[in-house]
Amino acid sequence: MKTKTFPHGIHPQEFKETTSNKSLQPLPAPEKVIIPLHQHFGSPAEPLVKKGDEVFMGQKIGESNSFFSACVHSSVSGKVMKIENYNHPLGNPVPAVTISNDGKDRVFPDIKEQKDPLSLNPEKIRQIVKDAGIVGLGGAAFPTAVKLSPPKDKPIDTIIINGCECEPVLTADHRLMLEYPDDIIKGAELVRIATGAKKIILGIENNKQDVYNLLQKKIYTFPLEISLLKTKYPQGAEKNLISALLKRAVPRGGLPFDVGVVVQNVGTVKAIWDAVAEGKPLYERALTVSGAGITSPKNLIVRIGSLFQNAIDYCGGLQDSANILVMGGPMMGLAQGTSDVPVIKGTSGILAWAEPEHITEHNCISCGRCVTHCPMGLVPTQLMKYSKLDYLSEAESRGIMDCVECGSCQYSCPAGIPLVHWLRVGKHKITDLKRKKSA
Amino acid sequence: MDVLIPILTMGALGLILSAGLAIAYRKLKVEEDPKVVKISEALPQANCGACGYSGCRAFAEAVVKGEAETNGCPVGGEETIAKVAEIMGVKAGEVVKKTARIHCHGDTEAAKDRGLYLGITTCYAANLTGGNKQCPYGCLGFGDCVLACPFDAIQMGGDGLPVVDEKKCTACGKCVDACPRNIIELVPLAQNMLVFCRNLDKGAAPKKACKNACIGCGICARACPEAIIMENNLAKIKDYKKIDPEKIPAIEKCPTNAIGRLFKEDEG
Repeated sequence: MKTKTFPHGIHPQEFKETTSNKSLQPLPAPEKVIIPLHQHFGSPAEPLVKKGDEVFMGQKIGESNSFFSACVHSSVSGKVMKIENYNHPLGNPVPAVTISNDGKDRVFPDIKEQKDPLSLNPEKIRQIVKDAGIVGLGGAAFPTAVKLSPPKDKPIDTIIINGCECEPVLTADHRLMLEYPDDIIKGAELVRIATGAKKIILGIENNKQDVYNLLQKKIYTFPLEISLLKTKYPQGAEKNLISALLKRAVPRGGLPFDVGVVVQNVGTVKAIWDAVAEGKPLYERALTVSGAGITSPKNLIVRIGSLFQNAIDYCGGLQDSANILVMGGPMMGLAQGTSDVPVIKGTSGILAWAEPEHITEHNCISCGRCVTHCPMGLVPTQLMKYSKLDYLSEAESRGIMDCVECGSCQYSCPAGIPLVHWLRVGKHKITDLKRKKSA
Repeated sequence: MDVLIPILTMGALGLILSAGLAIAYRKLKVEEDPKVVKISEALPQANCGACGYSGCRAFAEAVVKGEAETNGCPVGGEETIAKVAEIMGVKAGEVVKKTARIHCHGDTEAAKDRGLYLGITTCYAANLTGGNKQCPYGCLGFGDCVLACPFDAIQMGGDGLPVVDEKKCTACGKCVDACPRNIIELVPLAQNMLVFCRNLDKGAAPKKACKNACIGCGICARACPEAIIMENNLAKIKDYKKIDPEKIPAIEKCPTNAIGRLFKEDEG
């Protein structure tokens, strides 16, 4: 069968077989959870509870008035111990609510099942998604309620469900699709209703043939199309997926809205279904704990706010040789300085491995491999130099803000230049400058 | 005879063109305020941008227009400011000579590492990933301030912290902007007491991350409440002029040496 794909990209070794046939299992709730109030793209949430409060499982503990934000919910029932800064997997510490778990998992009384979720109107679905604090679970943690509210002048015709999981090693989305196919398809239908789109396309990489076969056998009444994509990295990046499935190009600096598309990860649509049908807010997520440094790799369903250490311990602990700990996939993940960091909504994996030797950096030999592999059509080596020299306006005009930080350039660089880090620096400097100017 | 033709033609051409230039000079003359030239000449010509304008001339124009204060150039010092004020015909305001100070004593020995940092060796890049040290407030030690200083006044000390040369520092504030952790501040040169920490965390966290962190115990604030206050678990010098010399030993009882004198008075 012919598979669809996008131009450029890379073919890293997958290492998915370690966990791809291990079913998802819940990680026992730890004695205390640390729930950061800023886990998403946008403004941080303000705490709604104070020290000493009793909270239920699924109770809202943080909220923000801003449109670009998401609520935060308690993942256990118990008592609020403190609200203080705590380590955060994305960098510097942020305020976090520490809750001691009473082990009873008392569910918040307001959480009720919805009788006929598919008959709800778009406004109601958006409201539920906003209240459930759902964000994009692919890793970027973009507030989903924002994605479900397209501007009026940009009608949406297609919903793309991202089942690519193009990052090597990670298998949690694969398992979700195998174990909860109905929830995912029904969640996708809810997204379609909320945005008024005409059809749903589920994109799956052809290394997940079992999921494709399973879904082909099932019969749905929804306008659903299942599409097989070539196994290539970064197939799951929003803009590449749109280009592969619909041959549409998102304009520079634009969003999928601009071409009439909304892209949602499979984990996100599952969370939407859970929130709308069962009233369950986003307080747990599926993730993969794997890598050569983990004794027995597993796919887990983890409560938000459990520590990385809890998950690693449950998977038999770290091997002595392990010296690198990463949140997310091996390509786009962020290295961690400690395992004492909480799992957040954007944690798609916890990986540990032993890096034999750090690659020393050499000068750029202008071989152009980064250019060949960049899925966004940028010239990473040039952007890196601009970022290094603080030529920010030049970098911006050459499209540095289009960089999705997929890491294809760095993966293919024979000189071992930390291209992604430099591009990230450039992007952040430009955003800082804009913020300063507008202030 | 042949030699006369080119001499005459070139001479005539020269005359015509110079006449054209003379007319253009009269007709297209731009009236320039002589004050701008004078002020511009009085300025140090470092074009550092510390005044907030794109260079010394732009600042001079702004002063003449009344957009900038006459004491807006921190680099030139009292002398320049007096000159600028004289040209503008106003009285020079009082100038406090300032210098950059580093609010961190988390050297390589005191501050604990957070893991092996293998990324780009600039403070800005390290700060994006959470930094190389456990303390989320302290100096990262890659020297962005050293590179930013146009006067060569900051050097990296052997202990992983930058050292400011007060004689060279003109208080232009470039290092303040360059520091992603905001630990550099322009402080009056005469101020001989500083809090060497920016850690706002409560409880045991600061001490765990760094031996020299302010733990927020408040000994200094109790010793000299007129001058020092506690703000967000961190000591803050409200007004250095109110520090009573007799109380200095009590202030310096700080268990982590996070507050103290920069130099002993007798050494100058």
